[in-house]
Amino acid sequence: MNPTNYLVLSIILFSIGAAGVLVRRNALIAFMSVELMLNAANLSFVTFARMHGNLDGQIVAFFVMVVAAAEVVVGLAIIVTIFRTRRSASVDDASLLKL
Amino acid sequence: MGETALFWIMAPIAVLGALGLVFARKAVHGALSLALTMISLALFYIAQEAPFLGVVQIVVYTGAIMMLFLFVIMLVGVDSSDSRVETIRGQRAAATLAVLGVIVLLTGVTVRATLPSEPTGLAQATPDGNVPAIADAIFGTYVWAFEVVAALLITAAVGAMTLTHRERLFHRPTQKELSIKRFTEGPPGEAAGLPVPGVYARHNAVDTPALLPDGTPSEASINRVLVARGAARSTEEFRHHPTPADIEAGAEGETDEPVGGDDDTNGGERA
Repeated sequence: MNPTNYLVLSIILFSIGAAGVLVRRNALIAFMSVELMLNAANLSFVTFARMHGNLDGQIVAFFVMVVAAAEVVVGLAIIVTIFRTRRSASVDDASLLKL
Repeated sequence: MGETALFWIMAPIAVLGALGLVFARKAVHGALSLALTMISLALFYIAQEAPFLGVVQIVVYTGAIMMLFLFVIMLVGVDSSDSRVETIRGQRAAATLAVLGVIVLLTGVTVRATLPSEPTGLAQATPDGNVPAIADAIFGTYVWAFEVVAALLITAAVGAMTLTHRERLFHRPTQKELSIKRFTEGPPGEAAGLPVPGVYARHNAVDTPALLPDGTPSEASINRVLVARGAARSTEEFRHHPTPADIEAGAEGETDEPVGGDDDTNGGERA
């Protein structure tokens, strides 16, 4: 099968994730949309690795996963801290840059 | 052939899951549809000669990260849904337009690029199989990056712990101290603790008020949190309203009534 199909799917998923970040006000959903964008990028890494017969793409995708896990941990901790002080998980309420 | 079928079945499911994330009213539904997308991505990885990444995708993403998201959703409140008010006018339309533009632009570039129409495949790059080849790369070429990533993970875990840690500002009273405080400071009626919620033929849940010995329902027997949430039954529901027949029957034995009435008022104050 033509690997370009995977690339187009990855583009669509990435764009949907970008739309989620732009449109949604709930911090958790915006954060999950960022995860969706990272996953879409991973799909194109894996596709390129197979397309060119080079394993490096898979290694990079693996590192992206690890960094995404670290990012999720810190990001969720920030969301929980903001929720404790503001009683809200909306990105609009956290516009003062102080707790 | 099998891969083509898998792609055309799972790709719409993945896109549907992604759309479900963007359009979900509640964060829980969004998290579940994102988990669906991630599982279908794992299948794509396995179909594309990356079985290790496919398993890692399921274990790390759907297993760990999405569960972490669900726990935080439970902490923040499952029903904290979004406000539909646009803070910037026309932002939604502009975002949709920009996203469609990105799709058209990137798809145009990808389709017009001279890419091989058949993948080279990883058979030459991974003669011993996928996992040994990845192990070679991670612990050989990329070993320095691997070490740095390990440090990053530990830093992230410590950072999350310091961010969510809260110092206790007051000494937490022990059970003994609470009991002494009840005897020295509280009203004498509550020295043995507040009355427990009621047990009836129809209800024995914690939201039903107890009946005090004088027959009045006691509001103090219901947990304050339930009252604040409006989840408790009203005490009125359990108050005994004497019918005219009862009053007539009670009028005959009126000599006892003042004593009982006194108790009634005391009980009411206590509650």
